[in-house]
Amino acid sequence: MRRLGPGLILALVAGFAFLYLPILALVAYSFNASRLVTVWGGFSTHWYGALLSNQPLLDAAWLSIRLAFVSATLATALGTMAALALARHGRFRGRMLFSGMVLAPLVMPEVITGLSLLLLFVAVDVERGFWTVTIAHATFGLGFACIVVQARLAGFDSSLEEAARDLGATPLVTFATVTLPLIWPAVAAAWMLAFTLSLDDLVIASFTTGPGATTLPMRLYSAIRLGVSPEINAACTLMIGAVALAVIAASLLLKRRQAVGG
Amino acid sequence: MSGRSHAASRLVVAAPYLWLLLFFLAPFAIVLRMALSDADTALPPYAPHFEGFATLREFLGKLDLENFRLLADDALYWDSYLQSLRLAGLTTLIALAIGYPLAYAMAAAPRHWRPVLLVLVVLPFWTSFLIRVYAWIGILRPDGLLDIVLGGLGLTDEPLRLLNTEAAVLIGMVYSYLPFMVLPLYAMLEKLDRSLLEAAADLGATPVTAFLTVTLPLSLPGILAGAALVFIPSVGEFVIPDLLGGPDTVMIGKVLWNEFFSNRDWPLASAVAIVLLVVLVLPLALLQRARQGREAQP
Repeated sequence: MRRLGPGLILALVAGFAFLYLPILALVAYSFNASRLVTVWGGFSTHWYGALLSNQPLLDAAWLSIRLAFVSATLATALGTMAALALARHGRFRGRMLFSGMVLAPLVMPEVITGLSLLLLFVAVDVERGFWTVTIAHATFGLGFACIVVQARLAGFDSSLEEAARDLGATPLVTFATVTLPLIWPAVAAAWMLAFTLSLDDLVIASFTTGPGATTLPMRLYSAIRLGVSPEINAACTLMIGAVALAVIAASLLLKRRQAVGG
Repeated sequence: MSGRSHAASRLVVAAPYLWLLLFFLAPFAIVLRMALSDADTALPPYAPHFEGFATLREFLGKLDLENFRLLADDALYWDSYLQSLRLAGLTTLIALAIGYPLAYAMAAAPRHWRPVLLVLVVLPFWTSFLIRVYAWIGILRPDGLLDIVLGGLGLTDEPLRLLNTEAAVLIGMVYSYLPFMVLPLYAMLEKLDRSLLEAAADLGATPVTAFLTVTLPLSLPGILAGAALVFIPSVGEFVIPDLLGGPDTVMIGKVLWNEFFSNRDWPLASAVAIVLLVVLVLPLALLQRARQGREAQP
């Protein structure tokens, strides 16, 4: 085994310090007893208690979680279908346009996605709120879900599915008994990715929401604009903790795929 | 094949296809139409309104390029596009300078470390964007963490006042998009055949020459993909210039946001979006080429 030279170790340490120190500082100050962010007043969980009595923030968090749940489920269902279409259906009419539309939201500036969807919702005159944001997030998450599932589909060849079909299974039965058991870790990971993206989004939600549907990032954004406070740090720390758990779970799931399939 | 099962496999293509036509392609047609309309004080705030196909000719007659003329004539918009491109370009270069050594070291690390290192790079990307920007406000603001540390070390006497400057926007964007640079670079460098470097060394190349003539050209597709992935979202960025930038940081995403939410000029906001898309066509094509290049490789 090669050993890393001092230069490379420095590159690793410096790179990861840059990525993690800001987050660690944010977490540390959420436990600060002092309201002044610049002064360390001792360890305290006071700000986590304060969060529990911040009803608007809790309402926004609950709304965001429900919204992320529904939109991630939609995005994963549609994204899995899109992945199957791209990986298993060979050539079909409009394939170029299809793969372009699947991938475009991944790199599209959020302000454009948000603006365009809002204009659609205004044009068809629907009431904006929970469902318009859900549709917007599902559209945005579809491409990410598709990429994750497609990578998994590419990882095993289609002879197993063909064998099932030769034995008389309908496509639906083949999918349920052969394909899905093989790709489910990727489907689960795709769902988590879509969930996190929805939970995180500020710009698209700001465009497509209506009165009465204020998401957690929108609340946080207006709080941040007013200034730094340890209460925001506490809210952020809780979100970071939840995301870290989800990512670790997802990477364990995807690791299993190497043991199962591969 | 029975009729029902045939329908099931058709649905797999049709459902996401229709969804994307309805919620991705149709909205773009509407943005284009809006960009050709005029702002109005009515509700919704634009004219003309489409009132059925009988008046289609009249409707089309009222569409014009007025908004684009406005964008071209006003220095504010030119400046904001140029500033966006400049800041996104600088962000890409800095992210490359930080990301390349990091990706290189990750690819050179012992095999059993690599999955852990990979998760460590991806993890910050999963935490909320807003949280990452907020973390930097706490560091950069006057009497923030950076001032405390530098002051404590005796390096500075007074606050640096970095928050609400262009430097703060650059730091925020590099920080937020660094994983996009590192991941394609790492994928490229990890696949690199080390025996090529040994061959170069055997033939008398110094490590620097070997790097410049072997590693760098072979990792070029990764560099291009990473650069496009950092550059494209940076150009249209709204949250970072809004929270970390000052009044003189006018990036195009912020201009679009302000035209839409503050001035309620939907047609002008749409025209800004169209021009932004046109600006991004070149880097998008580059990204597509890098992706195809990767697929073409064995």
